[in-house]
Amino acid sequence: MGKIKVRAFGMIAEKLPSNELELENIANTDQLLGYLYQQYPALKHTKFSIAVNRKQVHGNELILPESEVALLPPFSGG
Amino acid sequence: MSRFERQTILSGFGQEGQGKLSHSKVLVVGAGGLGCPALLYLAAAGVGTIGIADGDEVSLSNLNRQVIYGERDIGRSKAEVAAEQIRNKYSDIQINVIPYFLNKDNALSVIAAYDLVLDGSDNFGTRYLINDACYILKKPLVFGAIYQHEGQVAILNVQDNEEPLTYRDLFPIPPSASEVPNCSETGVLGVLPGIIGTMQATEAIKYLTNFGNPLIHKVLFYNLKDHGTYMLDIGLNPDGRKLMPRTASEFHQMDYAVVCGPGDLKRWEDVQTFMAEHPENAWLLDVREDHELPKLDNLPYIPMPLSHLKDKMHELAALDTIFVFCQSGIRSARAVEDLKAAMPAKNIYTIEGGIKSLLQKN
Repeated sequence: MGKIKVRAFGMIAEKLPSNELELENIANTDQLLGYLYQQYPALKHTKFSIAVNRKQVHGNELILPESEVALLPPFSGG
Repeated sequence: MSRFERQTILSGFGQEGQGKLSHSKVLVVGAGGLGCPALLYLAAAGVGTIGIADGDEVSLSNLNRQVIYGERDIGRSKAEVAAEQIRNKYSDIQINVIPYFLNKDNALSVIAAYDLVLDGSDNFGTRYLINDACYILKKPLVFGAIYQHEGQVAILNVQDNEEPLTYRDLFPIPPSASEVPNCSETGVLGVLPGIIGTMQATEAIKYLTNFGNPLIHKVLFYNLKDHGTYMLDIGLNPDGRKLMPRTASEFHQMDYAVVCGPGDLKRWEDVQTFMAEHPENAWLLDVREDHELPKLDNLPYIPMPLSHLKDKMHELAALDTIFVFCQSGIRSARAVEDLKAAMPAKNIYTIEGGIKSLLQKN
């Protein structure tokens, strides 16, 4: 399976080693979340939305090789 | 020569764009870090009617980013000062002052008088409230928010052929306030809300005049550190839709403080740190009834049972900062709503999990 790129924003990026990760063997968003929660348990406490190739998705969504996935938390400041 | 000459000669904008702006009514909710630049540019561009809704007063720590205000304005109503400043600049636009916070009782009637709403608020409760009110009233919403060195901008709830997409599609489950800190806790460079608030004004102007490609049902993420951007298309989200009120009567029954956290949720450790640093002007308030145990024993507090809160809250008039607690955090959230409605200028917080969470820690 090919690689995917994961981009993180805001407080999600703070809980990852970098705001961009490259991952392998990830076929869908459920697998991605399972991997992230296991590797970075702090993520469980922050809600975020997911976009695949710049389209927001919900439910378990297929991730094709070479896709770009974004982890998008809400911001409240103003 | 008109004050709009430099934009009426602009190709694609012209007198037609100016005409549309001068007939537009825009409500800016929150005259803070985002609202100040948005207001200045909307007024300069000639938006015919601008409403300024904010129940807060100017404080010293606002001045690094809320560029309408100066030292002499400290303690004055933000909505009043902002209106005064803009009226002093331009005589050809109408400025409406709404010097109170929007809530589920007043939001629909305030928003109904405008064509477009610009959200410059600073807490999730207000953001979901404005979103839902705009959905019910079918008003486009120019959303903006910041966190540390990043910002988000979007135009939501546009009534085109398809179902309008809302903030609840983008973020279906409202986060608790403690999950996402705000500027007063994490800090912010003043230029960031300057950029994001100006982008919101840009999107409002583009949308109202049909200029360029407005961010309709798209979100732009912006990062101040490297000027990086990321844009995505919002997708309809059934989970978010389940929680959204569809009618005015459903809207009036929502509890935005409990749904989203009151915007001011504190943990015991934060409260203890704050009280140690500001011993003179911060107080704890116990809103449980007299018989409820255990009492708090190692910190000073004021007992004021929820059943007597409305009669006795005037006794709190001299305090700056109040941390409210109860047994588990539910009644204190309700008390904070009542206290904030009566005394909006004070810093009033509910303590997450109440006294139970303190006992679990010790």
